[in-house]
Amino acid sequence: MSGANDPYDPKQVAALSAEALDEAVAAAVAAFGAAADLAALAAVRPAHLGDRAPVLLARRELGALPPAARSDAGKRVNAARVAVTEAYEQRLAELEAERDARALAEERVDVTLPWDRVPRGARHPLTTLTERIADVFVGMGYEVAEGPELEAEWLNFDALNIGRDHPARTMMDTFFVGGGPGQDADSGLVLRTHTSPVQARTMLSRTPPIYVVAPGRVYRTDELDATHTPVFHQVEGLAVDRGLTMAHLRGTLDHLARSLFGAEAITRWRPSYFPFTEPSAEFDVWFPEHRDGPRWVEWGGCGMVNPRVLVACGVDPEEYSGFAFGVGIERALQFRSGVGDMRDIVEGDVRFTSAFGVEL
Amino acid sequence: MRVPIGWLAEYVDVPAGTTVEELDTAFVRLGLEVEEIHRPEPVTGPLVVGRVLEIEELTGFKKPIRYTQVDVGEAEPRGIVCGARNFAAGDAVVVALPGAVLPGGFEIAARKTYDHVSDGMICSVRELGVGDDHAGILVLGDDAPAPGTPAGPLVGLDDVVIELAVTPDRGYCLSMRGIAREMGTGLGVSWRDAGELEMPAWSGEPAWPVRVEDADRCDRFSMVALEGLDPTAPTPWWMRRRLAQSGVRSISLAVDVTNYVMLEVGQPMHAFDRDAVTGPIVVRRARAGERLTTLDGVDRALDPDDLLITDDTGPIGLAAVMGGASTEIGDGTTSVLLEAAHWEPTGVARTARRHRLPSEAAKRFERGVDPEMTTAALARAAALLAEYGGARVVGSPVDVDTRGPRPVIALEAGKPARVAGVPYTDAQVVELLTAVGCSVDGEGALRVTPPSWRPDLTDPADLVEEVVRLAGIDDIPSVLPTAPPGRGLTEAQRRRRAIGRALAEAGYVEAPSYPFVGEKALDALGLPADDERRQVVVVRNPLSEEEPALRTTLLPGLLATLARNLARGQRDLALFEHGSVFPGGRRSPAPLPGVDARPDDATLAALLGAVPDQPWHVAVALTGAREPRGWWGPGRPAEWADAVEAARRVAAAAGVELTVRAGDRAPWHPGRCAELLVGETVVGHAGELHPRVCAALELPPRTCVMELDVDALPPAAVPVGPSISAFPPVLLDLAFVVAAEVAAADVESALAEGAGELLESVRLFDVYTGTPVPEGQKSLAYALTLRAPDRTLTGEEAAEVRQRAVALVGERTGAQLRG
Repeated sequence: MSGANDPYDPKQVAALSAEALDEAVAAAVAAFGAAADLAALAAVRPAHLGDRAPVLLARRELGALPPAARSDAGKRVNAARVAVTEAYEQRLAELEAERDARALAEERVDVTLPWDRVPRGARHPLTTLTERIADVFVGMGYEVAEGPELEAEWLNFDALNIGRDHPARTMMDTFFVGGGPGQDADSGLVLRTHTSPVQARTMLSRTPPIYVVAPGRVYRTDELDATHTPVFHQVEGLAVDRGLTMAHLRGTLDHLARSLFGAEAITRWRPSYFPFTEPSAEFDVWFPEHRDGPRWVEWGGCGMVNPRVLVACGVDPEEYSGFAFGVGIERALQFRSGVGDMRDIVEGDVRFTSAFGVEL
Repeated sequence: MRVPIGWLAEYVDVPAGTTVEELDTAFVRLGLEVEEIHRPEPVTGPLVVGRVLEIEELTGFKKPIRYTQVDVGEAEPRGIVCGARNFAAGDAVVVALPGAVLPGGFEIAARKTYDHVSDGMICSVRELGVGDDHAGILVLGDDAPAPGTPAGPLVGLDDVVIELAVTPDRGYCLSMRGIAREMGTGLGVSWRDAGELEMPAWSGEPAWPVRVEDADRCDRFSMVALEGLDPTAPTPWWMRRRLAQSGVRSISLAVDVTNYVMLEVGQPMHAFDRDAVTGPIVVRRARAGERLTTLDGVDRALDPDDLLITDDTGPIGLAAVMGGASTEIGDGTTSVLLEAAHWEPTGVARTARRHRLPSEAAKRFERGVDPEMTTAALARAAALLAEYGGARVVGSPVDVDTRGPRPVIALEAGKPARVAGVPYTDAQVVELLTAVGCSVDGEGALRVTPPSWRPDLTDPADLVEEVVRLAGIDDIPSVLPTAPPGRGLTEAQRRRRAIGRALAEAGYVEAPSYPFVGEKALDALGLPADDERRQVVVVRNPLSEEEPALRTTLLPGLLATLARNLARGQRDLALFEHGSVFPGGRRSPAPLPGVDARPDDATLAALLGAVPDQPWHVAVALTGAREPRGWWGPGRPAEWADAVEAARRVAAAAGVELTVRAGDRAPWHPGRCAELLVGETVVGHAGELHPRVCAALELPPRTCVMELDVDALPPAAVPVGPSISAFPPVLLDLAFVVAAEVAAADVESALAEGAGELLESVRLFDVYTGTPVPEGQKSLAYALTLRAPDRTLTGEEAAEVRQRAVALVGERTGAQLRG
């Protein structure tokens, strides 16, 4: 350490002068700034930050200074070194960013090019709409019941209070099925004309309370045209419990209507006749988003399960009551999605089905 | 049922100003569905009653022409040219004067024709648009109003006809009488019962000897005899008009009257030519071998279940359904036996169905006819025949009436409220049932006797329905019930959804088809004669004789859909379908137990057991490019492997593992058919169609299909989470040279087994044939990932695994490790 009275003149060491350091920093900043690319920057770096660079050489002179002057000069040298380093880092970052931007720009692609290498598939809207309806009921605690399409005549008719000679039986336009390999014998089987035999199957196999929906494919001997198809789909609902009323039936149908057709949707009822329900009604649904403007649309049939059906299926009508309803899926699809021609629904044209995607 | 509003208004005091729309709404509210509203085509301009004064026959033209002078209520008669000949001087007719516009925009003007100026037109029924069964001029009766009177209302031009769909329980609504009652009640206005007639005081000998041998199926048989009928007497215009509006053709006065009265009071009737009836009339069942030629000219073999009307000669009528030809009313009939009876509905239904004769009479009897109406209908018909045909009743009517008392239904007054969830009062229930026509006794516990015209009311539930209907079914409130918690979808239901989604996400479009197939489709698939898919269930009344059977495989329908899409210009297609198939084979007929109680367990088991299994299948079909050509390259055609992959996706969605081996089954290419297995069970097949099948079905070559029995898949096991090792893997590539016919699957399974527990995954990444691989051999290259759960594998361990795997592959398949 030098003594306090030891005279010192920093100007004695030229390299440590403020002027010289400023000059070195200015020279470095200019050189870095002039470097047009990373290679040029690397080339000028040794002259300003290398071992022989003025700022580093100046630092070595510090030792020659008397202690009193060393601190002051040291600060100056250090500040100069930091300034040069920062200038270098900044230019480096600039040049790297430029280089990266250039490279990314060169990698630019046309993002509007199609990439449909595996074309999209689709599920049929009858399938997805059926699932949606089933899900509404599953959400209410119902279970999904099933029955065969080739069904026992007794379950399709007799158990549902449609006797052998009942006019409704002939009105059903039934496909009858031959028995055995010879096919001549009476098989006692039909292609079910409605999903209602699932009602009977359910009541025969479960005990109340029963809350089920039964979606499925049904058959009538109609020729295919714009409004008819011999093979179509229904969803049947059945609830059997203590104290069920028509008001409960209506609440259930209104809920279904709202779930599928919007919060504004409700049902309107008209008296009708089905052998397996009494009282019976047909119902319309208010569909605000119909493509031809808000309107009532005929949709399905419903009613309280006829006590005769309960009896045939082993349910005590004094203890339990039930309601049932059925809706047509084709019909719902037609008005919900504005499908004008039934043939589009049944012909399997991929252009039709693809428009509906995987979920509805 | 067609309801002319003008006719209805005769019985119901429809309030003035009631619109057709209001009537429509009222019908619908009552449960009478309005199918269609027929509005007559408008006639504008002057249409008046005219009286023909003179007829001048014009000659010298190609056809006979008349030049007439017609009084139309003006100072001078008008001269009108007319080509029809069915009128005479003095007849009242309908004249369209110049300026009138008839239906179809037919404008009437004075014009010169056949050398005379025709100053208007004498109208036919057809020209007026009020009927089409007449070619000639509409001649009004003697009671026509004075010439010049507007004729529009007279011919019913303003009469709207409402066509109703009557449900099978409401037979009484197949008559104006029933409709009037409903409408009067529905509108809350006064109305008149068309069946309430003052019965004439007939006396004398009974009209004809009658014996009813089957009282169970005919509990009332009434008959009246008429003489002096003028067989040429025309049916009055008003009646023809109403029959036409109701869709009934006018035939002769006697027939028209029976039809008219049937429409009016609902009682079908039959008129026999009395002179053709021999000996007593007997109502009995048919005897073996008996035949009857019915009015439609068909000679019918009768069934012992058919109920007949007979005389000494044998059958003269198929009771309730159709009369016989031998006693038909003819041009010369002057003596008539009019019959009106009450027949048991189900017997009528059987006969009508057996003989395919859904006549208007049978339709009504099947649905229930009021047995009170037989004599009333006879009286009404006799009066009409007297008025318009000069006939007179001889002797007293026959009325064989063996009806029992009407049943009484016990109804708890609170029941309707409990069923509907609407607080009807007891008084309201009684009031509404009375409006239906029931007589109601008691309080609280009601004893209800339904009216004679409502045979459909047999149970308390039927009465509840009437109360709800008349109180307004649309007024029932909306209350959402609370179901107990459910278990959600079943495994099978979730699986079907998962399969559908998986295929759709893989690019397949769902294409459900009708399940009807024919022999031809099965032949096209090249199924051998003993193939189980040829054992079909046959529909007895198919829509098409070409396709009478139910599918045993999804392929015919799916390939037809594929072809349809191709025909519509698609080229690259991937379709799927899933649904039931219907295997045939020997079955026992399903029993038909009664419905008075739950069938006993044995019967129920037989019933359910007679319904054959209908397994749920899934199938795909592919043609064209699986990956289309694009800016990325030329694309890739669909091939056999895509079909196999579709099966793997199905299995994965179902949560089961599928194995594959070479198979041979129609309709697949014998060298490109994969047999799909779960464990040792074959669940389906996939691959390329046999070239002959493609040719037979006119499908593009190399069309590929897969079909799999979803119901044959075992339940998915609950997945077990693997333990994930964080230690580094050892990656090994191994290439084998093996005989070309060795299945890659066998090499891979040997490889996996040989590698043992340390194998994390194995993947075939290359298949190569050609130099330097010897002829008849192929090279299979596998990438193996080895990893231990608890340590980093050493080189020695990896080498040991490699050696074991190579050795086992060699031993099992003869494969050599490629250098």
